[in-house]
Amino acid sequence: MAAKRNTKSSAAKGAGKDELLKYYRDMLMMRRFEEKAGQLYGMGLIAGFCHLYIGQEAVVTGIQAAMEEGDQVITGYRDHAHMLACGMDPNGVMAELTGREGGYSRGKGGSMHMFSREKNFYGGHGIVGAQVALGTGLAFADRYKDNKKVAVAYFGDGAANQGQVYESFNMAKLWDLPVIYVIENNQYAMGTAVKRASSETHLYKRGASFGIPGEEVDGMDVEAVKRAAAKAVKHARDGKGPFILEMKTYRYRGHSMSDPAKYRTREEVDDIRSHHDPIDLIKKRLIEGKHASEEDLKEIDKEVKKIVADAAQFAKDSPEPDPSELYTDVLVEV
Amino acid sequence: MSIEVLMPALSPTMEEGTLAKWLIKEGDSVESGDVIAEIETDKATMEVEAVEEGVVAKLLVAEGTEGVKVNAAIAILAEDGEDPANLDAPKAAAEPAEAEAAPAEDPTPALDERPAQMAANVASVSDPDVPEGTAMKETTVRDALRDAMAEEMRLDDTVFVMGEEVAEYQGAYKVTRGLLDEFGPKRVVDTPITEHGFAGLGVGAAFNGLKPIVEFMTFNFAMQAIDHIINSAAKTLYMSGGQMGCPIVFRGPNGAASRVGAQHSQDYSAWYANVPGLKVIAPYDAADAKGLLKAAIRDPNPVVFLEHELIYGESFDVPDVEDWVLPIGKAKVRREGTDVTLTAHSRMVGFALEAADILAEEGISAEVIDLRTLRPLDTDTVVQSVKKTNRIVCAEEGWGRMGVGAEIAAVVTAEAFDYLDAPPVRVHQEDVPLPYAGNLEKLSLPGTADIVKAAKAVCYAE
Repeated sequence: MAAKRNTKSSAAKGAGKDELLKYYRDMLMMRRFEEKAGQLYGMGLIAGFCHLYIGQEAVVTGIQAAMEEGDQVITGYRDHAHMLACGMDPNGVMAELTGREGGYSRGKGGSMHMFSREKNFYGGHGIVGAQVALGTGLAFADRYKDNKKVAVAYFGDGAANQGQVYESFNMAKLWDLPVIYVIENNQYAMGTAVKRASSETHLYKRGASFGIPGEEVDGMDVEAVKRAAAKAVKHARDGKGPFILEMKTYRYRGHSMSDPAKYRTREEVDDIRSHHDPIDLIKKRLIEGKHASEEDLKEIDKEVKKIVADAAQFAKDSPEPDPSELYTDVLVEV
Repeated sequence: MSIEVLMPALSPTMEEGTLAKWLIKEGDSVESGDVIAEIETDKATMEVEAVEEGVVAKLLVAEGTEGVKVNAAIAILAEDGEDPANLDAPKAAAEPAEAEAAPAEDPTPALDERPAQMAANVASVSDPDVPEGTAMKETTVRDALRDAMAEEMRLDDTVFVMGEEVAEYQGAYKVTRGLLDEFGPKRVVDTPITEHGFAGLGVGAAFNGLKPIVEFMTFNFAMQAIDHIINSAAKTLYMSGGQMGCPIVFRGPNGAASRVGAQHSQDYSAWYANVPGLKVIAPYDAADAKGLLKAAIRDPNPVVFLEHELIYGESFDVPDVEDWVLPIGKAKVRREGTDVTLTAHSRMVGFALEAADILAEEGISAEVIDLRTLRPLDTDTVVQSVKKTNRIVCAEEGWGRMGVGAEIAAVVTAEAFDYLDAPPVRVHQEDVPLPYAGNLEKLSLPGTADIVKAAKAVCYAE
């Protein structure tokens, strides 16, 4: 199957009320969580690298909606929302950001390195592109065990230029592994625009020479993401091998907290925020479809805000890891 | 409740900055995400976004103010329904309550407060006793390695082997000979020439419940994959707070072959042995190759298993017992002696044993220690030996700088200083890329004569 560009409008068969409300709530949670993380960073409670997902919420939300229990997720360093999407506890994620005992890695991983076997979240990887080979390995194990599960490996437009991505594509198609490659094309690899780094800017075509089908998707529209993901997941689960989804999306904040983002204009950012915001879009559909009132949504806002505030409180109150933790978890004791 | 807007830290190192410009004025409504100010740090000018929504009640810091401390209140927002005019500036705007929770003290405990570090995992394990009368089977190192893999694959369905030419070709060095016939292509997987990719794939498979044996045609090619060996395999258990173990073996020939030039002739012992989170094994004879590879496959941690092409074809006795497994992390005294300790691993063990023979003829009794495992390193065995012999020569095939011998010399100096009658001496490859020309290659690589010479030097016998 050749790569193709899916330009169909997202107005095709819409989601039901419950689904839309869940999208709204999940995306809002991610946004509020990230805003809070940015705030805690500003207060010095979060240190080091911290990459916020604000603007890209529709991608993980839509993909996750197409997955089944037991399917695996792996991603790079912009990973907080992926963890929330997998159902990981906001308290544990936020406390890892603050480097505390209550964090998912007991404070030893930080923003870029969290995992949950229970929720099938495999990290959280700081080396650009590494998660693509690792995610292909997750799928290799799925096929080996014949468990009918699939793996989703997220990576950015920057990682799409790493050599190991193509080494992975090759093996994934050679062995028809059940893996979905989700390219989160937020237009900038740190400060480098896609067209300045990629000879072929339609990244969904990158699997063509391996025989991997690919589609471009409006990554700001959670329903479009869900539809594309459902198709890709079915393809992989049916044993037809890997599938590439290029999500056209946008991050509102800098690459990391210390990036002043001077490589793009304020107008560009404002335009996306005002006209293409994924949360505003779903809010509009909820209201216009009479699925919810402004008041209903305000209630959700309040509830989400409370969860995030509690997570921040937990992350502040949780103690630093005990000094003895320095030496644990280097090796599994035998 | 009013909301204080605090001076944010915009980089990991920022302590204060200049409030260059306000983009809002009192009475404005702001939503989260709106840019409210520009702040200059020592590195850049950054925009500050509101993180809460509300009406700007007061701007507490004037435009152009320099040296505004991180976390100082710079503005006050009134929330829904509040009258901005009634809000007072907080009494101590620059004293953010939140900051108390931030770890202020030096987080590094003083050395003597640190809990005792796990003693390198080398407890009092020792090789299993071989019962009296056990038959010995003469086996090449190559076949011993194959037998180890085959036995473990029979015992555990999750064990599989992958790499270049491991299946249909029967192994570039025939180490995997016969495995495809017995286990089929699902468990004996030929990969494309794609070290970075298949090393990462192997690690992912290990995260997801399998026990891969990843063969590198040589460890020289594993440099393409070293990121996954170290960043993905070795560090993830720690970074995940103990959740995400990685039971995987990376194996293949390491070090110099013969006349294959610099790129195909490097010894990576010291590289991998430097990395916490890995176990590193480098056996010499067939019995150790088999017993330690079986242990490596069973180990729940990532293991780098360094073989040597030039001893694959050598034959040694292997105890003909049901399940020959050896402890990882235990050196072996291959020859007892009283005058000088010789340490070596992998192929250098053979040279050290030859050297001991020659030294014996000259009246010097050398004790030969086969390190077998480089991480965790069995320093006890080495230190005990030096306390007896008072002299040590550390031999390795690789470069000497920052090497295995350097580490052993440091350990011995620290732990047996008063017992030493001579400074430790290292034997290693010359500090050059390995040359192709036969005579130069010979000059570059360490061998028996170098060990003999070094041993005599520490014994002041020359």
